[in-house]
Amino acid sequence: MKSCRVIVLAGLLVTVWARVGMGSEAPASSPLTIDTGDTAWVLASAALVLLMTPGLAFFYGGLVRRKNVLSILMQCMIVICLVTLQWVLIGYSLAFAPDLGGGILGSLEWAGLKGVGLDPSPAYASTVPHQAFMIFQAMFAIITPALIIGAFAERMRFAPFCIFSVLWATFVYDPVCHWVWGTGGFLGQMGALDFAGGTVVHINAGAAALAAAIFLGKRKGYPDGISPPHSLPFAVLGAGLLWFGWFGFNAGSALGANGAAAGAFVTTHTATATAGLAWLLLDWIKYGRPTALGMITGAVAGLVAITPAAGFVTPMGAIGVGLGSGIVCWLSVTFAKTKLGYDDSLDAFGVHGVGGIWGALATGVWASSAIGGTDGLLYGNPIQLWVQLKAVAITLVYAFIVTYVLLLFVNMISELRVSEGDERIGLDLTQHSEVGYTVID
Amino acid sequence: MKYIVAVIQPDRLDEVLDRLTENEVHLVTVTNVIGRGRQRGIAEVYRSHVEAGSLLRKVKLEIAVNDAFVVPAIEAIRKGASSGQIGDGKIFVLNLEECVRIRTGEKGSTAIG
Repeated sequence: MKSCRVIVLAGLLVTVWARVGMGSEAPASSPLTIDTGDTAWVLASAALVLLMTPGLAFFYGGLVRRKNVLSILMQCMIVICLVTLQWVLIGYSLAFAPDLGGGILGSLEWAGLKGVGLDPSPAYASTVPHQAFMIFQAMFAIITPALIIGAFAERMRFAPFCIFSVLWATFVYDPVCHWVWGTGGFLGQMGALDFAGGTVVHINAGAAALAAAIFLGKRKGYPDGISPPHSLPFAVLGAGLLWFGWFGFNAGSALGANGAAAGAFVTTHTATATAGLAWLLLDWIKYGRPTALGMITGAVAGLVAITPAAGFVTPMGAIGVGLGSGIVCWLSVTFAKTKLGYDDSLDAFGVHGVGGIWGALATGVWASSAIGGTDGLLYGNPIQLWVQLKAVAITLVYAFIVTYVLLLFVNMISELRVSEGDERIGLDLTQHSEVGYTVID
Repeated sequence: MKYIVAVIQPDRLDEVLDRLTENEVHLVTVTNVIGRGRQRGIAEVYRSHVEAGSLLRKVKLEIAVNDAFVVPAIEAIRKGASSGQIGDGKIFVLNLEECVRIRTGEKGSTAIG
């Protein structure tokens, strides 16, 4: 009897919810028509980009110690839940709704997806349902805060982590996304080229990662007392999933099943292969052995760097972007990190920040208007490099400062760092009351 | 009664177990361990972070025997584990004070069985 009543009640709730939901449906007719091929590709791409976050979880999860593996997987996965809700409630509106003025932020006109319906939007991706564009963009908003996790891995408490991630999505991701991709956003107006999110996603997350690594301080025992990665096979699996999902990220950013998508697919793949090979060779030359971790790290650096450039460069340009990314990121992880002494545990800044900066600048070098966008330095337009540099600097400074302030704020209401004892025992047991692996059956 | 502890190369385990069976030594406990000898380990490199002389994987055998089986057990381990290479491992022999069979409560030599 009791269960019957529960079912009836649940049914009622669903009905009410559906009625309420109907109120917020899109305005009736739109002159724009939906292209089925474009829509299929954008929806498939959204699913591909979602897969990158579990991929990132395994990439990061394999690199930490056994006692912290679940904490990393969990932080990545909970970001999916948190940012999805933030996005449909306010995030999408802040990033993409009509500008409030000055190109700084979108209004709350589209909060709760009000007016974001199943017809195409005249402002964005005008051949696919507006909701398809929205959910594709949601996946970008999800993975960006997840990238930062690499910087403070193995030492942040779960609750403040959740608060920080939602605040960061709101105060850092959404504005920067609006600047670059929102209608009237000032970086987009300035002419900065960012095909799939080099600035919005990677420089943004990279700068935040640096701020977080500095704010939280080193892990106990860093650098020599930290055990090596507990499962490189997980890391390789994660890198493979990232590589796969990144085709949705970059080729999907063409927002249509068209030539631009094919071009972005090819440049993405070419740059990634080049960067993986470059890092491997550098390890081989310096340490006498080609390392698996080096190869996959290089590949991820290549994916990062080609992201802003994917729709603007030739396949030969992609080789230049990838090669440079492998070298620059390797140098930063090998020399800069140890010199400067911060503990960016999984190199979120070293790979995403540095690779993102390189990629944004490289876009200003190799971009060709014959492919899309504007010409870069090599095609006789040096001013584009200057525009790219300005966009990089503005994003870096904004993301670093606001992230630092957010960390200060969250730390006041809930201490960010785990206690020394908990850090020693590990975050899996102390934060989640679970372990990743049993020792005795 | 003696307690024999041997640290050997993992790939020699099957061979050692076969030789022990031939010499009628059946009781054995095996664990995965990591360790190093005089040669020390091999350096590992993770994103340019070098871990010098990390430990290598070995297998540890623990065998309780009556005095008559000490020599056959040692012989079996040596025969099975030896490849002539550096790093074949070591055998340690300790005096064993007592042995109790949990099911029956038997003690001493009969309990080893």
